[in-house]
Amino acid sequence: MSDTAARIDARLPIRSDMDLVWVRQHVRQAAALLGFSLVEQTKLVTAASELARNTLVHGGGGELRVARVTEGTAQGLRLTFSDQGPGIADLEQALRDGFTSGDGLGMGLGGARRLVHEFSIDSTPGVGTVVTVTSWAARTPRPRQEMS
Amino acid sequence: MPEHEALHQHESPAREVAAFLRRRREQIAQRWADEALFRSVFTVSRDEAVEAGRVVVDALAQVAESERVEDPDAAAFTVVREQLAGMAAARSRYGLSAAQVSREVDALRVAPTDLLVTDLADAPAEHLRACTTALTVLTGTLRLVVLDTALSEGQALIDRQRMQLLEVATPVIRLWDGIVAVPLIGTLDSARSQVVMETLLEAVVAEQAHFAILDITGVPTVDSLVAQHLMKTVAAVRLMGAECVVSGIRPAIAQTIVQLGLDLGTVVTRASLADALGYALRGLDADIVQAPGGASKR
Repeated sequence: MSDTAARIDARLPIRSDMDLVWVRQHVRQAAALLGFSLVEQTKLVTAASELARNTLVHGGGGELRVARVTEGTAQGLRLTFSDQGPGIADLEQALRDGFTSGDGLGMGLGGARRLVHEFSIDSTPGVGTVVTVTSWAARTPRPRQEMS
Repeated sequence: MPEHEALHQHESPAREVAAFLRRRREQIAQRWADEALFRSVFTVSRDEAVEAGRVVVDALAQVAESERVEDPDAAAFTVVREQLAGMAAARSRYGLSAAQVSREVDALRVAPTDLLVTDLADAPAEHLRACTTALTVLTGTLRLVVLDTALSEGQALIDRQRMQLLEVATPVIRLWDGIVAVPLIGTLDSARSQVVMETLLEAVVAEQAHFAILDITGVPTVDSLVAQHLMKTVAAVRLMGAECVVSGIRPAIAQTIVQLGLDLGTVVTRASLADALGYALRGLDADIVQAPGGASKR
């Protein structure tokens, strides 16, 4: 099991477009190792892609920490994206579909939240942003965590 | 130079090592020729390996003489840099990891150290220790130079390949009169999608195409940026008077797109390239006839 953990747990830099490719590949491999179904893998990789791009484009770069998490017999993958960028002043607005501060579609943050089981965001203007998402490889559907 | 003939016993360790290297140049080169690093690179003739060894010994002696044993940027290293890089590259082509190559370079330390200990058998212990330390530092620096050169060669290779990947011709395939297709493979970033759009639009004009098919079977992840690129390409093709079909949407991708909240409603999509071709052929009023014994009913 420690071998599996060694291949999953990682700190990946997010500094360029090429790093995004590596983020996607690592998350895909890690999810596959934990027994995620193909659909769950695709969802998590897509969410990771969106969040990593946010880290790069809006946060000015940062890093991703990947960790295996367990709860009972359930195995999951926790991804933590952090940057020291300008932060998000209005979280509610940022999470709303269609809102964008750049020239994207404005689906990234809200879309990523729908693609994972657990989602939390912590942002302080001027300090940075930390987005943590967790998905579980469990077969049974889990209730989605609601944002307060 | 004082160490010319009258070698002073208590010269600075680095200069002592330099003099020693010059004196023992031949023996060191001969022994190095039998080390894995030299033996496996100069496979044809041993003389070549010995000659290569001599050049490296000369360079080391020069570095030691300038008292810069710990400086990988010492001028004398530039002479052997290319040769060393070539040797390291040959070893990694052979399948050795950087650590293994490093170990092989480190093995070169043994021969001169043995000889140095023999030569300075009568010298005071402290001086001998200082000299062997200088030699060890020097060979350590050599190792650093080899690895550094090898790594920057590798980086240059990666950069070249990255450029090549970007420029990988995105082939536009003419499937039928008036139908062109682009099979997209790999990551669709901004630079790539720009190339795709340009080649596709040119093909639409050149082939007088009525249908352009974008096949994304080979695109592993469709996130909002990829979708945006796709929609822009579709819109541009439409402006050229052709219809664009996106094909190759796998089940997992379809579910993800829906949950991500992307609206591809304005885009004609098909599950497979064959479906898209069938759609386009029907659009051209082509008669599709099932051949006798044919398997599918597209």
